[in-house]
Amino acid sequence: MTDFLTKLMSGTALLFLVLLLAVLYDGLDRVVHARMQRRLGPPVLQPLYDLMKLFVKENIVPRRAVAWVFNGAPLIAVTAVLMVFLYVPMGSLPAILSTGGDVILIVYLFALSAVAMVAGGFASGSPYANIGAQREMVLMMSYEVPLAIVVTTLAYFAYRSGIPGEPFSLATFVAMPVWGMAGWMGMLGLGALFVSLMAVVPAEVGKVPMDIAEAKTEILEGLICEYSGRNLAMFKLTFALRHSAMCAVVVSLFFPWNIGGFIGLSGAWLLVVDFLFFWIKVLFLQVFGVTVIRTAFGRFKIWQASQFYWVQVGGLALAGMILLSLDVLA
Amino acid sequence: MSAGSHKTYRIPIGPVHVGLKEPVTTWLDVDGERIVKATVRPGSIHRGIEWMARERNPIQVIYLAERICGICSFTHIVAFLRAVEDAAKIEVPIRAQYIRSLVLELERIHSHILWAGVACYTFGYDSAFNLGMLLREKVMDVLEALTGNRVNYGVGTVGGVRRDLTPKAAKAVREMIEFYRREFQAFLDVVTEDPIAKARMRNVGVLSAEDAVRYCALGPTARGSGLRVDLRYSSPYEAYGDLGVTPLVPQDYNGEVFGDVYDRFFVRVMEVVQSLDLLEKIVDGIPEGPITWEPKLPKVLAALKAADGIGWGIIEGPRGDDTHIVKLTRGEENVTWWKVRAPTYSNAVSWPLMFKDQEIADAPLIINSIDPCISCMERVLVSDGRIGRSEIVTKAQLIEKCREKTRKVMGA
Repeated sequence: MTDFLTKLMSGTALLFLVLLLAVLYDGLDRVVHARMQRRLGPPVLQPLYDLMKLFVKENIVPRRAVAWVFNGAPLIAVTAVLMVFLYVPMGSLPAILSTGGDVILIVYLFALSAVAMVAGGFASGSPYANIGAQREMVLMMSYEVPLAIVVTTLAYFAYRSGIPGEPFSLATFVAMPVWGMAGWMGMLGLGALFVSLMAVVPAEVGKVPMDIAEAKTEILEGLICEYSGRNLAMFKLTFALRHSAMCAVVVSLFFPWNIGGFIGLSGAWLLVVDFLFFWIKVLFLQVFGVTVIRTAFGRFKIWQASQFYWVQVGGLALAGMILLSLDVLA
Repeated sequence: MSAGSHKTYRIPIGPVHVGLKEPVTTWLDVDGERIVKATVRPGSIHRGIEWMARERNPIQVIYLAERICGICSFTHIVAFLRAVEDAAKIEVPIRAQYIRSLVLELERIHSHILWAGVACYTFGYDSAFNLGMLLREKVMDVLEALTGNRVNYGVGTVGGVRRDLTPKAAKAVREMIEFYRREFQAFLDVVTEDPIAKARMRNVGVLSAEDAVRYCALGPTARGSGLRVDLRYSSPYEAYGDLGVTPLVPQDYNGEVFGDVYDRFFVRVMEVVQSLDLLEKIVDGIPEGPITWEPKLPKVLAALKAADGIGWGIIEGPRGDDTHIVKLTRGEENVTWWKVRAPTYSNAVSWPLMFKDQEIADAPLIINSIDPCISCMERVLVSDGRIGRSEIVTKAQLIEKCREKTRKVMGA
């Protein structure tokens, strides 16, 4: 019982912290994006101001919407993606629910929040939201392929190369970086897997070139077209959180190194420094994996995105899988 | 396709839409993402300008004509002036003709860069949009240095122009030509070599050369389909007879014509380069002489009151042929009637063809690809929040700031 209470307390505290960080990172993303375009950009805390404003604004439910789905979808979306952070170890801080779930659960939580958004879109009763929801579904079906390949290959690699621990658990990858276990062929394979996973990130977070479901100049923000007030705020939070969560998972899988132990810290300082270092790594991935990409490219069309994930990224992930398997079997 | 693929539903694009800069409605019958049928419904922004002109004399109508469009304002007044001059048989001095051509080409540059930026924005390429807006500032500054205004230049008058090309302004134009020769290539590369930009524009909104002829496409829309049509070439006006303009078509550069959005994009961007060459020729070859047929307005008005007949003015605007027809009656001060046909009227007819079998994602891009006339532009003031200064800028202050900047740019 006390165990449950500790987890509840620490989980709540952590999630609040994560919420703030995700919103702050969203602001940083916007500032970096603006600077790369030679603009000044908004204040770093602009997303926070937006959220505060949206939370006190009127929440309009369209007449033709299915009210309970329309209102429920943002709640489920934001909850599902928040839960991801309970399963991600942050630096030396073990995941709060580490024993309760693994990478597959995380993938499902991401999918759940996406499905919730799709349901909200379909329930909006607007043709634009409807198109957005259809596009989001197609996009999900496309990027799930490389995502599944990456996750299963890594688990297989962990299992065969004898990394101790549950092969699907994030804690396993954090405890022992995969790069150390691979030969040169494995390194190549891991690189391919990393690139294909990073290619999935823009689609997961709905940013250019994969903001197809929300394309504002085509279908007027699509999925979230009809949302306003509190519901819209929750969707905005969902996008910010998905951004950070996805990068946090990539960090845990591919860059789990810590700095605290290296410079000889221990106790509470070790936790704090490693926690901060973890988030700095997340920020780097967010900036280089999403912000730079969204500055450098335009938006795909849905079939082009689908083709990209099935053929190019899927092919790269498969190549990574084959290389890693050869590395393990050889 | 699934069994239910024959069921279509209707989606409106517009009248007000993020991807559009001007109110126009397009009803799309879509099957999934595919557009089966498109119906264009214009008419949301009719202002009755031609009717308003009937209560004004030709000099007053100039300022009305300038406000037909916020981008090609000078195109409209030159077309109108040529119509009036045609009706009243007024000869325009050569120097005035060169200055008119100069401003027309400057306007073409700013219009095309603006359009290219907006097209990039339409498919989510915000960085190119911002780069375009940044580049466009230069030509806006030159226009301001030359005429005192950024958008509605107020520089044309019956029988000539109201402002001379000073050596200072000529230097500004030369500097601008150098600037664009240096900087514009980056924009061209960014857009024409970007794989996603190409994927978004190639084979989208195709208009074949035959259809372009049949549906009377004009300007860059027709040239994008490979037709060598350009009034500056086929029926030179103002100074264009001396300049030797040839129509710019994609087959001369890429070897083949697709007639798609990419080709229209390419034509417009290359026309900016072409306009730079023309500007250089104009600034080099401008002759000395008077800039108006008659500087005293009462005399001009008297001549116009005595004129009788119908005059035509047809010129090549940034979007295509701009036609103005004016009827003046002897003894009447006001314009008897005035008819304007902006190029978008003709180009919009080919929209439904371009939409056929495209996707919803392409719709705003296709609408924008003919460069429909955009109504107005605004100035923006950036306030500095970091030093804690907060002040409300009144209209009078804003106007004063505009004038201040104009004086600075013009060096007065």
